[in-house]
Amino acid sequence: MTVSRMAVLLAGGMLFGFGLSLSGMVRPEVVLSFLQAQDFGLMLVMGGAIAVVLPAYQLLPRKLKAPLQGGVFELRPAAMNRNTLVGAAIFGVGWGLCGVCPGPAIAALGTGNLAIWPALAGIFAGALLQGWLVDTKRS
Amino acid sequence: MAAPFKSMVSMVSTLFPTGMAHYLAGGLLIGLGVALLYLMQGHMAGMSTFFSSSWSWLVRRPHFQQGRLRESRSWRAVLALGLVLGGTLWWWLLGPAEPLATQVPAWQLLGGGLLVGYGARLSGGCTSGHGICGLSALQAPSLAAVLIFMATAFSTALGVAALKGST
Repeated sequence: MTVSRMAVLLAGGMLFGFGLSLSGMVRPEVVLSFLQAQDFGLMLVMGGAIAVVLPAYQLLPRKLKAPLQGGVFELRPAAMNRNTLVGAAIFGVGWGLCGVCPGPAIAALGTGNLAIWPALAGIFAGALLQGWLVDTKRS
Repeated sequence: MAAPFKSMVSMVSTLFPTGMAHYLAGGLLIGLGVALLYLMQGHMAGMSTFFSSSWSWLVRRPHFQQGRLRESRSWRAVLALGLVLGGTLWWWLLGPAEPLATQVPAWQLLGGGLLVGYGARLSGGCTSGHGICGLSALQAPSLAAVLIFMATAFSTALGVAALKGST
């Protein structure tokens, strides 16, 4: 990986992490106050992000041949199938239980919120279990 | 004119008791980071894949050795480091003197985290992957996923709060 690509990844990640921290998403209590219908700020966070990302995803591939540092404009692999829907339901139960999702679990470390470590460990373990079971079912 | 204005103000303070500005500003910054990554490198920055792709360094089983995870693990790890540094920059510039902490019990964090990791990877996305990237890419499966995880998350959080309130 070149230094300039690494610098862009760090800059993009820092904007992402700063935004998660500024908006309080790194505090499980703030996320849970949304999920308990007490403070709907999380909708503004998601809406604010989509307001920037939606035009970028829709316009950039039409205006540019390729990303400025090379490569291709990627597409998300998306399928309307059982895994997508059942997985989302399970994810929601976990999110409602702990108030921590993958992005904030990472950014929270930088804010000194080390107390959320069981959530971070749980997400790593859950991802391992998911991939492990895929292979076990296949063989 | 005053009455409707007042009722709008009170509606806003009911929905957003801690204000709106920091939420919107945070969301816009997240969006700028995600858009920058797409403009420069064409990557879609859903964060849950990082938790699978990082296992590809350690686990030899075929699922973790698939190309999609191996080929993206480096940039996903650097992006994750950026998230940590962004959190630190916020803490340094605007955060409280004390590190943030949480009152959520460890068993809830661990159990919830397990389901978050398992569910997001089974579903192929989380709040950033389906919620921000998938919706911005106008993908119907992501919209369905967001509606489903919002429904189960609200039910769970409200249920847990009700149980705790009754003890």
